[in-house]
Amino acid sequence: MPSGFSLFPPQASTLAPEVDNLYLGVIAITAFFAIVVVVLVTYFAFKYRDDSGEKIGEPIHGSVPLELGWSIIPFIISIGIFVWASVVFFHIVRAPDQTLEIYSTGKRWMWRFQHVDGQREINELHVPVGRAVKVVFTSEDVLHDLFIPAFRVKADAVPGRYSAIWFEATKVGEYHIFCAEYCGTNHSAMIGTVFVMEPADYQAWLSGGGQNTAGGTLIEQGQQLFTQLACVTCHLADGSGRGPSLVGVFGSTVTLDNGTTVQADEGYLRESILMSQAKTVAGFQQLMPTFQGLVNEDGVAGLIEYIKSMQAGGAPAASTGTAP
Amino acid sequence: MQTMVAESPVNYVNHQHSVASWLLTKDHKRIGILYLIVVSIAFTLGGIFAALIRMELTTPAGDLLSADIYNRMFTMHGVTMVFFVLVPAVPAVLGNFVMPLMIGAKDVAFPKLNLLSWYVFVTGFIFTVASMIIGGVDTGWTFYTPYSTQGSETNVLLTGVGVFITGFSSILTGLNFMVTIHRMRAPGMTWFRLPLFIWALYSTSLVMVLGTPVIAITLLMLVFERGLHLGIFDPRLGGDPVLFQHLFWFYSHPAVYIMILPPMGAISEVIACFSRKAVFGYSFVAFSSLAIAVFGFLVWAHHLFVAGISPYSALIFSFLSFAVAIPSAVKTFNWTATLYKGAIWWKTPMMFVFGFLGLFLVGGLTGIFLASLGLDIHLTDTYFVVAHFHYIMVGGAIMGYFAGLHYWWPKMTGRMYNDTLGKLSALLIFVGFNLTFGPQFILGYLGMPRRYHVYPPEFQVLNVLSSAGASILAIGYLLPALYFMYSLKWGEKAGPNPWKATGLEWTTQSPPLPENFPQTPIVTEGAYEYTKREIKVA
Repeated sequence: MPSGFSLFPPQASTLAPEVDNLYLGVIAITAFFAIVVVVLVTYFAFKYRDDSGEKIGEPIHGSVPLELGWSIIPFIISIGIFVWASVVFFHIVRAPDQTLEIYSTGKRWMWRFQHVDGQREINELHVPVGRAVKVVFTSEDVLHDLFIPAFRVKADAVPGRYSAIWFEATKVGEYHIFCAEYCGTNHSAMIGTVFVMEPADYQAWLSGGGQNTAGGTLIEQGQQLFTQLACVTCHLADGSGRGPSLVGVFGSTVTLDNGTTVQADEGYLRESILMSQAKTVAGFQQLMPTFQGLVNEDGVAGLIEYIKSMQAGGAPAASTGTAP
Repeated sequence: MQTMVAESPVNYVNHQHSVASWLLTKDHKRIGILYLIVVSIAFTLGGIFAALIRMELTTPAGDLLSADIYNRMFTMHGVTMVFFVLVPAVPAVLGNFVMPLMIGAKDVAFPKLNLLSWYVFVTGFIFTVASMIIGGVDTGWTFYTPYSTQGSETNVLLTGVGVFITGFSSILTGLNFMVTIHRMRAPGMTWFRLPLFIWALYSTSLVMVLGTPVIAITLLMLVFERGLHLGIFDPRLGGDPVLFQHLFWFYSHPAVYIMILPPMGAISEVIACFSRKAVFGYSFVAFSSLAIAVFGFLVWAHHLFVAGISPYSALIFSFLSFAVAIPSAVKTFNWTATLYKGAIWWKTPMMFVFGFLGLFLVGGLTGIFLASLGLDIHLTDTYFVVAHFHYIMVGGAIMGYFAGLHYWWPKMTGRMYNDTLGKLSALLIFVGFNLTFGPQFILGYLGMPRRYHVYPPEFQVLNVLSSAGASILAIGYLLPALYFMYSLKWGEKAGPNPWKATGLEWTTQSPPLPENFPQTPIVTEGAYEYTKREIKVA
């Protein structure tokens, strides 16, 4: 944890320097305008001071070229900042293809994290340095917001849907996790710590340090649920079932019965499980019951990881997440 | 415009004395004073809440207030300051008092409606204060769902109803002002001879009339969901929590312009008077008010960049947010240029203008940071945002309100206040304000989230600075209460035009006649013709 006085939070992700450079750039540009105005106002205030109240100022009513100049030039500069900031923004919101996935749930007033290997932790998050990590999360009650200042990432946890942040930590250490969306009494106590570890230490942690590995990996848990909840009776692998085959569905583009298409990401799978009536795959009937209330957030994460693991070729492949 | 009359012993204050004559008055000037009283009470109340917040935050631990009480404090601070101070301060207090005078009218178009607006406002305020007395509310002034509909166990309904009712006061005032400005201008008072304060009020009225119904509907939906469990925002009932944010900010972002446009108008009046010349680029300043009012409706989703909206819609709202900054920049440049070759008279109202320019500049420029998508992700929901909007709302709007109040006080009361104390107040507010909110920009970039009752120890130094600044700020705000009160009885007589200003309001006596002017004025020139003639002083 940082201690003492500083002007910047620790710079501990690949995104952090990008955001900091943008910050410094915008400071430089805005400071220039601020200084110009402050210097002019101060200079005029003293230079033209007349406390008699009897004198009259010079009759200057305006200047169209000046007006155009100080409208257009700031506008052009604004566009420059807009473009720069938008590029950084897309780096923040677009996760790379290969990420280590971690599921999380915010509830008043704690963060629960669930690793694909089955480890669960509360208000602590262990991640390896130098590896892109994507945290997929939701809320069980009201809005929360997963904010890690050292990584310069933040997103609201919205009940009923998935949000995601991604980061690649660059410095081993311990960093704050804050809830940044007000959530009631102990909002300010809904904080935690990210432990960024050397890959070897992380492996050691995975194999022993995790608090709870009962129930196997997320994929194993998901596979169990897939049978328990009878998903398996309709979603046959060969596509002959009453529901579409889920083999290879993750990451694919799904055509719906209304002709539109949707990207099958975690959010889509989640919605299909919990609110199955929301979207229907083209060529299938809306038969699936809703599993809202029958499966908890951990279960949904397990099911999604299991579905992800179903790749063409039959047997569930290892998730990208479990590869060392 | 320049007719001077012998001062009549009768004025709007002394022509009737009974309490009923005030509470049933249809005189826009008296209604302005009624608003001044309620707004001042609300400002004091909101200030007390702020003081408790700053006291709590001097230490990282939650040792002064419990978490629940702290959460109520910042909520009630926000609700009180936004809906009962910032929104009404300049339009309802100063606008009511001087707008008809400035356009040469006897009153507003609908005087009874004007009185009704005040009663509606007070009713809303009573509901809100009642909710605070029976335990308060802890949702934040933003009432985000689903916390406000199913999480909070506080008096959300009562507060929501209070704010809902108050909204109608805004709508009615906006309507009244628009009709008045269209229909009641004195002969010769063409649109481009209108003082810029009137342009600002007109633009604001547009936003009030068009925007306020949306917050009213939104609060009604919130009340229905909380009270009757209709599924509008709660995902468990099939609703969408983010929908609330869209609806809320569709009003509440334009509401920011309701709060800042009128003070900007007041700044234009004061800067012209104390530079002894016309406002530079009159029509650009006038139209920038309209542009802000219109574009202000198109930027609401910049409050939702981390709420889960599509990145492409975020792009559009980011771009529009940059665009809406331009008219404000244009105003600032024009005010600066107005000073050039002026004869700058260092009186109290002008000191507040200087304060406004400095603080509004910082507030506006830090808005650029938040409009920038890549930065907003890190900065939103942190103290950076708190600092930014206080620079606009307090550094800008309240500073502008104080500039206007110090400018028109002699007209309202017929008395001068102590100029030295006035300048001291402006200085204390400027210094105290920067010390309070400057460190919060750094806190925000460091990652301290807003609405935190306890915080990690490394944030303490900056929080202590901030609280120290707040105590200076408090003295700066208390001082005017004292010298204004003192001036009522012992202040020097102001005469009709103590600032030797142009503008119709300065051609009638102070305090003005009950019917404003002895006869309807005839306007023959623009608003700020300081050079054409000697300014007549009675």
